[in-house]
Amino acid sequence: MSDTTTKQKVWVSGTPARWVRHPQGGRQCPGCHHPIMERIFCEVLAEMNIEGNTIGVPGVGCGARMAMVVNIDFITVAHGRPPDVASVAKRILPDRLVFTYQGDGDCLSIGLSPFISACARGENISIIMCNNGGFGTTGGQMGPTTLMGQKTTTSPNGRLPQMGYPIHAPEMIAPMKGVAFSARCAVNNPANYQQTKRCIKTAFERQFKNAGLSFVEILSACPTDWRMTPLESMEWIENQMIAEFPLGVFKDVDKRPE
Amino acid sequence: MAEERMLLQSNEAVGWAALAADCMCYFGYPITPQNEIIEWFAREFPKRGKIFIQAQCETGASNMLYGAASVGVRSINSTSGPGWGLMQEAISNAANAEIPFVIVLVQRGGPGAGTTNHAQMDYISTTKGGGQGGYKTPVLAPNSPQDTYYLVQYAFHMADRLRTPVIILSDGIVGQMMEPVELKKYEFGPLPEKDWAIRGFAHRKGGQRLVLSCAQGWSGQPPYFTYQSFLTHLNEKYPSIIENEQKWETWNTDDAKLILVAYGYTSRVCLEAAQMARAEGLKVGLIRPITLWPFPAKIIQEKVAQGARFLVVEDSLGQMVEDVKCVVQGKTDVNFLGVLARHNPGPGGLIFPGRVLQEVKKLL
Repeated sequence: MSDTTTKQKVWVSGTPARWVRHPQGGRQCPGCHHPIMERIFCEVLAEMNIEGNTIGVPGVGCGARMAMVVNIDFITVAHGRPPDVASVAKRILPDRLVFTYQGDGDCLSIGLSPFISACARGENISIIMCNNGGFGTTGGQMGPTTLMGQKTTTSPNGRLPQMGYPIHAPEMIAPMKGVAFSARCAVNNPANYQQTKRCIKTAFERQFKNAGLSFVEILSACPTDWRMTPLESMEWIENQMIAEFPLGVFKDVDKRPE
Repeated sequence: MAEERMLLQSNEAVGWAALAADCMCYFGYPITPQNEIIEWFAREFPKRGKIFIQAQCETGASNMLYGAASVGVRSINSTSGPGWGLMQEAISNAANAEIPFVIVLVQRGGPGAGTTNHAQMDYISTTKGGGQGGYKTPVLAPNSPQDTYYLVQYAFHMADRLRTPVIILSDGIVGQMMEPVELKKYEFGPLPEKDWAIRGFAHRKGGQRLVLSCAQGWSGQPPYFTYQSFLTHLNEKYPSIIENEQKWETWNTDDAKLILVAYGYTSRVCLEAAQMARAEGLKVGLIRPITLWPFPAKIIQEKVAQGARFLVVEDSLGQMVEDVKCVVQGKTDVNFLGVLARHNPGPGGLIFPGRVLQEVKKLL
């Protein structure tokens, strides 16, 4: 990444080596952040030179398209179950990098139990969760991270207290002994992009140090379901989402407790 | 493993059989009446360098099986009643992804939480594809510790050979039954290489990356680029299993006027009832299906042609009897003796041989 002064130049600086085209087309909406996050994976895996030793486990949702565009081995699984599958793959093949790539619905709604259980067992896997504040693939329903007052197709008058409150995953799991690394990032500007990349790299390094579970939440835009333009989405992340979900590293240890 | 004899419960025999079959992983969640299985694996697997995880729930345990099978190692878990319901998600996905593993279902009374005692009420949900999407998985029904020991090893081979989950359908009585078991490793012939397993593309011949998908035919990944080509494949796979994989056992059926049909613990009850009937000069035989799916239609059809009549005995309100009727197609009479014939109205009630004999005499 030689030039990161503008968003556009991040995009034109070359296609990552491990990028493949999906036979049915790219499938992402304009302004979607998934391609940015997929690109970060491509860059990190190439820099660490571990592409051939990596197993990815995508969740169910728009993130699953990563299996179609990133040219490494993937196991696609049932909705919410990537931590179960990844835990076992890692235990059987401890020298591989095993990561999951899930949405907030996959990880914190239907998959909350596998997620928390993997944290409790201190599984040596990396869980990467993108938080777009709702269910994207199904058309923009309320999710476990939808902001208070945010309108979605299943909270048409805005999220009210009786619908519950957003879950703050990295803060929630940071006190757990099985967790080595827990952070929240965003990809809405070049500085945040670089920070996300650093966090994903650290997460993978903690895995190779057998330190425990590493978790990175990434705030990401879904302009189609938010009924916004891509630029408005960036502003929504900056002004609304980061206010509710502060960026930062909430835990970083490189050794497993006794 | 050197040949040796041990006094074992069927539930423990599952563990010894998994060991003989080079099974690598067990994932489970405690539930009665199969707790001896999870406890056996917790005790015996880690010290042999194998993987044991007590999962957060049966949904987790079965998805862990999916994970282990995806990387190409043999894995097993076990459950009963309510846990079986929770496992349907992973089994349906495994049927789609075509990955092999073994699940032992030790049946208890239902529906719902039902009882913690024996029953035979999961025939339909095992043989007809209990989860979404119209899949089938082979189902094997042992009726003794030795048979459990053999069939679990056979199930691993069958799963790898056919690339499918295989269900061992035991029950509370068979599971807790204790008998001498001869321990040996059975050989069932060569198996195809697991070149579809996901281990990181650098570890694959040719180095080509691969996606193992539970949405085959839809996700645009090889080998099925269209949904229809995937369904066409299943439309060949399932009939081929039905044609080639039927297994059964018979006792004195050649001259039998009335044939008892039973699997699992009731097949032991029926054998005793048939012996009692023969001692009284009644021409009674027994067919014991070993594969419940594919249902052994061949032997039933053969006996229909001989003009035999049937009495199905199972500890439920009537599930396997539907398959027998389906094969017989009204050419002879199919009778049923079920859970309401138990000796005791509580959850511990049993169908005793004397009760079966009474029904036999009513029919002959």
